[in-house]
Amino acid sequence: MILTNTETVPGLNVVAHFGLVQGSTIRAKSIGRDFMAGMKNLVGGELRGYTELLQESRDQALKRLTEQAQALGANAVINLRFSTSSIAAGAAEILCYGTAVLVEEPSSHAAELPRHDHGSDSHSSQQDFGV
Amino acid sequence: MDFIQIYVGLFLLVLGLIAGTLVEKLHYRRIKKREIGFVTLPALTSRTVIDEHDVLRSQLALGSAVISVDYFKRFAAALKQLFGGEVHSYSTLLDRARREALLRMKENFSDAHLFINVRFETSTISSGNNSRIGSVEVLAFATAVWYREDSPHSIPTPLDR
Repeated sequence: MILTNTETVPGLNVVAHFGLVQGSTIRAKSIGRDFMAGMKNLVGGELRGYTELLQESRDQALKRLTEQAQALGANAVINLRFSTSSIAAGAAEILCYGTAVLVEEPSSHAAELPRHDHGSDSHSSQQDFGV
Repeated sequence: MDFIQIYVGLFLLVLGLIAGTLVEKLHYRRIKKREIGFVTLPALTSRTVIDEHDVLRSQLALGSAVISVDYFKRFAAALKQLFGGEVHSYSTLLDRARREALLRMKENFSDAHLFINVRFETSTISSGNNSRIGSVEVLAFATAVWYREDSPHSIPTPLDR
């Protein structure tokens, strides 16, 4: 599974779109971690417990997203975005979402290219018509 | 009773001032040292690569850091809010968090040739009982790109000294 946050996968051609896929998780902080973070808050610096907590939850959200994409038959997810929102004090939702696509090596799909050209042509002619 | 509270408050302020300044200084020293090591690994905000046919593979790269501000700076920022203006104590906090997150992203994929479409996502973490902003999480994410062996881009550009 290839994950990127760009519109395309560099060097590969997108041959099919499967639409939006997402993965999310809601995590609460534990009392032990919160206590240590409270102590660390006095002197400043990195809160390692929180960094790890958020990293774990982000990994889990990404895992759910890839599972969803695999179920659709995709081999890549493009245009990935992340968002974090705090639901209540001490709980946060981590969401990642992207577009599931099927990508292929450009050489093996040379016959596919004219279709894409036609698509972009009709798009530009529509724009001309609008002007 | 009131005197004890004042003493405790003063102690925390002095502790925050001394320890916080030290922690920040050490952190900046560490950041600068590591940044020099990654000068030849560019991270771009552009969304495409040059010579796309030379790309071997690409992958999502993540790096994150949760950094907290010390007690003294939080107090100073609260005072500053009475008068308005730029809050310097928080600007160094965010600067540290962002640079640390970007460095971690690069460290996770130190063998990549290039990072494209670098984005930053900042979120505050509310600290339970007192809801004052004390810590921020910064997530840096990008697409790591590896070029083919025979591509001229796979050779890192030498530093001009």
